[in-house]
Amino acid sequence: MDTFEGYRRPDGRIGVRNHVAVLPTSVAASPVADRIAGDAGRWARATPHQMGTSQPEEGRERTRSVLAGIGRNPNVGAALVVELGTEDIDADDLADDIAASGKPVETLTVREVGGTAGALDAGADILVDLWDEIGDQRREEADASELVFAVECGGSDATSGIAANPALGDASDRLVDAGGAVCISETPEFIGAEHVAAERCADEETREKLLDRVERRERLADLMGVDMRGAQPSPGNQEGGLTTIEEKSLGALAKCGTRDIRHVVDYGEAIPVGGGVTVMDSPGYDVESVVGKVAGGAQVVAFTTGRGSTTGNPIAPVIKVTGNHRTAERLASNMDVDASAVIDGEPLGEVGERIYRTLLSVADGAETAAEARRLEEFAINERQPRELAAEGQR
Amino acid sequence: MKGELLNERALVMAPEDTVATALADLDAGERLDDADPSVTVAEEVPFGHKVALADLDVGETVRKYGEVIGEATEPIAAGEWVHTHNCESTRGRGDRAAAATGDGAAAADGDAGHAGDGR
Repeated sequence: MDTFEGYRRPDGRIGVRNHVAVLPTSVAASPVADRIAGDAGRWARATPHQMGTSQPEEGRERTRSVLAGIGRNPNVGAALVVELGTEDIDADDLADDIAASGKPVETLTVREVGGTAGALDAGADILVDLWDEIGDQRREEADASELVFAVECGGSDATSGIAANPALGDASDRLVDAGGAVCISETPEFIGAEHVAAERCADEETREKLLDRVERRERLADLMGVDMRGAQPSPGNQEGGLTTIEEKSLGALAKCGTRDIRHVVDYGEAIPVGGGVTVMDSPGYDVESVVGKVAGGAQVVAFTTGRGSTTGNPIAPVIKVTGNHRTAERLASNMDVDASAVIDGEPLGEVGERIYRTLLSVADGAETAAEARRLEEFAINERQPRELAAEGQR
Repeated sequence: MKGELLNERALVMAPEDTVATALADLDAGERLDDADPSVTVAEEVPFGHKVALADLDVGETVRKYGEVIGEATEPIAAGEWVHTHNCESTRGRGDRAAAATGDGAAAADGDAGHAGDGR
């Protein structure tokens, strides 16, 4: 049986990190949140983001639900919600949502504690108190079936579809076979491969939902009168040898392995634990896509890159995998697994096993390259007016 | 690795594919004898890029992974480099939809980034 040691949370879920999260409700509170966490210690992680103090209703709801999901992620042991005090997202409501998972949560209003100077002082005190509550928690044994594993790719090239993604797919199959959950997102990267994904859906309802989401993303391009090739594949992807969205999609899909797709969820929505393969409807922008899956409960992310992405996440460790031997050398300090040996003839299963073992050891506490370098990008996908208009025309 | 190696220099992912992926920078004149029929590389093909294994007419589908990845926009001879200059997607083409309906205004704002958000 495959096990790891993690932090058991009051709601029964298991975290692989014991962070105190500092969550700003708007861009106005983001620098303060960032400073409070930065001054505290490595256990404190901020999620500064770009959303405004007043957003249209749909946008506000997305921001709120993503932040709540991040706060509920089992890698978070306790949370501090920071607001300026003028936001239309209510910090107390958000804190209540997170506290429903049983963890300690506090709020801080910059305008009520003497501005930023007072907020830094008060925030530091609150963080110390929160850390006192969770800092002595010990890891306990947990089963691989309790893991939710997010698979992502970014800065793809031709080696991604040939080596890194199939190898990650092999690791995904191993986790699903052990009872765990794998979540893939980036709906635009299903275009041209949706028939392959559809065949893998466990039932008709899942199949229809998946095809509907893919069609919606493609229709968005049609409605806007744009050629999707302007962004898909990206200029960097094209330099790496990827010619069309179909080619990129077929390669990208390989990273979630070959097992049944059982669920389709919306951006940031909870990913079923033990649910096999879940597709999350998200944009193709990798940082936002990772954040959506972490908000959905993913504890560990594996991120393949051919051209060499360096990105991480504040809440979930990000394992970097490359199938490009040049990238493995040039960006050695940012990579965790070199899958380029697949191209030299190492059996896919051996590299897949290596990625799976890396997943378990990272879940056990081993630091990833992105964590060691404190690469903690965070961005929430904003619901654009034209996206909403497109939905209205469904 | 899935697929079939051609002289250790290129990779065919599925038997019905009409392109192979270069596993090294290929030079003009290089022979891929393992291909059936064998192919002489016609021009430089960079690492990760594709070389045609068959002659393709305009509009003919290009296949990789055993699936359609686009169509030829120019006649392509076996051995030639296949990329954005002679092969394009048949999907996500809002520009074509706009041209067909004469709706040039939407196309003119050029915000392809949000539709795909590609990286």
